[in-house]
Amino acid sequence: MIFPMQRREVIAVVASTAALALLAGLPLADDGFWLALAISIASYVAMATAWALFSGPTNYVSLATAAFFGSGAYVVSALAETAPWPVVLVAAALVGALLALATGLATLRLSGVYFVIFSFGLAELIRQLVTYYQTQVTGSVGRYIFVTISASEIYWQLLGLCAIALFTGWAIQRSRLGFALRVIGDDETVAAHSGIDTARVKVLLFCISGALIALVGAVMAPRFTYIEPQIAYNPMVSFQVVIMALLGGSKRLWGPLVGVIPFVLLHEWIAGRFPNHTHLLLGMVFLLVVYFVPQGVSGWLEKAWRRIRGESA
Amino acid sequence: MLTAILVASVLLGGAYALMAMGLTLQYGVARIMNLATGETLMGAAFGSFWLFTAMQLSPLLSLLFIVPLAFAINWAIYRWLLTPLVRRAKNQGMLEVDSILATFGLLFVIEGAMLAGFGGNYYSYSFLAEPVTLLGHSFGLNRVVAFGVAALMALALYLGLNRTRYGTAIRAVAVDPVAAGLVAIDVPRAAAFAFALGGALTACGGSLLSMFLTFNASMGVVFTMKALIIVIMGGVGDPRGAVIAAFLLALVETVVAALVDPGLTLAATYLLFVLTLLFRPQGLMGRRT
Repeated sequence: MIFPMQRREVIAVVASTAALALLAGLPLADDGFWLALAISIASYVAMATAWALFSGPTNYVSLATAAFFGSGAYVVSALAETAPWPVVLVAAALVGALLALATGLATLRLSGVYFVIFSFGLAELIRQLVTYYQTQVTGSVGRYIFVTISASEIYWQLLGLCAIALFTGWAIQRSRLGFALRVIGDDETVAAHSGIDTARVKVLLFCISGALIALVGAVMAPRFTYIEPQIAYNPMVSFQVVIMALLGGSKRLWGPLVGVIPFVLLHEWIAGRFPNHTHLLLGMVFLLVVYFVPQGVSGWLEKAWRRIRGESA
Repeated sequence: MLTAILVASVLLGGAYALMAMGLTLQYGVARIMNLATGETLMGAAFGSFWLFTAMQLSPLLSLLFIVPLAFAINWAIYRWLLTPLVRRAKNQGMLEVDSILATFGLLFVIEGAMLAGFGGNYYSYSFLAEPVTLLGHSFGLNRVVAFGVAALMALALYLGLNRTRYGTAIRAVAVDPVAAGLVAIDVPRAAAFAFALGGALTACGGSLLSMFLTFNASMGVVFTMKALIIVIMGGVGDPRGAVIAAFLLALVETVVAALVDPGLTLAATYLLFVLTLLFRPQGLMGRRT
């Protein structure tokens, strides 16, 4: 049930469409540093939003983003030379959804801890499996990706994915599924007692989230040119997506969006200034976020906004 | 072949059991799911490596420094880093999410420190690398010695938990922290002690593993996975279950590495995990709640 909309929502839709159109014009202005930065930001916005779709309302922290991202990239390396691009993207989304389905079926019937543990090692597991397959069957671990696709096209596709992720999140919030999710997040026992099939809801949502992240991986793959398991399944991707979503606040749809931009800039700065201590410093930033911004910037902004409105009214 | 695999897995299982007992204390008693446990392990491995190469100190002697140091550091981590989370958590679920996130961040801090100090290279050193013959097959003396030390530590832990007054108090906190408070057990202190002791056991396992394994700064994740799966498989909070599950995991890994491919050991670990989740999610020694 998407319609009818409230006035506020009409404004939000118009404003975000306008913002999207404006952002889509960026490659016309610059195709060097700024476009590269925008691609990085757009990819993380899409991933962090997709992450928060599932982990925000359910409180099930997924540490497996790199597994989905890397699998999407690998689908491209396997199919890009034989299949047309849209088919490749559909295949990547399917692989992401299937991976999420398998993870979900194994763990989401049980309590959240099992899910976290399973997701924690998932990227490493798939990295080892891909390495094993490549050394045994294809004989070489790395692969080149020859896809003629420009940086601007990648950027536009990522913007499209951001829009899809945000729209999906919005549509879910308004649906029965979103309501069921909020009940699960508040109290899973209550949810089960009111007749919600909690496992099914969680698995379904995790599949949507996984498919979106795999799509980002697929779209980003041509940027790598050369792909090997070590690059595709980089644990830093999982780490960064979690920290960005937390920094922004995973309870609001627009939260991750707010978290990504400052963090990508910070990461650029740290990686440029302290190349040997990037890991250490990002870990510390992560701890600072967990300790001092537990509700995320969006929660903090909303509180401040309510205070301003409360005082003026 | 079969006896060779069996003996090799028992020798490997000793160090696994130590790290899993460490984690089960941290998770079962202090209620902290420590995702940085593999980094504690690697930290101790690097500590032993450094003391051996720079100071010619035998890894067995370096245990005397590393284990108390790990105890102190883990105590400090619990006291200063995790206690605020315990205080702010409104319920068990919130503490779980917060502690997962905090130790996930800690993982990257420790890994980052090791990367800054040692880089991404693989390290190993040669200590007691002489063959000994057991049941007709030869094994490295370092593996046998590591197993002996691990067995001694495990025995000491078992006696400490089951034969002393404070050990009983710790087991009481594992069963029910609220009820333990009612019978005048200082629960925060017992939790801090259990967390520190768990870290010390894990560090001991790491020093022992460094005697015969090749390691690098980014390998922590794999060991954390192993420890977590052993703990789930054995039943959370039960050191006996952890020991049994550790040997089971070591056996499956050794079989897969010997008969199929060494690159699939983590897949074997996951297979055990999935089987546990499907058929006995409460663990081998756990009871349904």
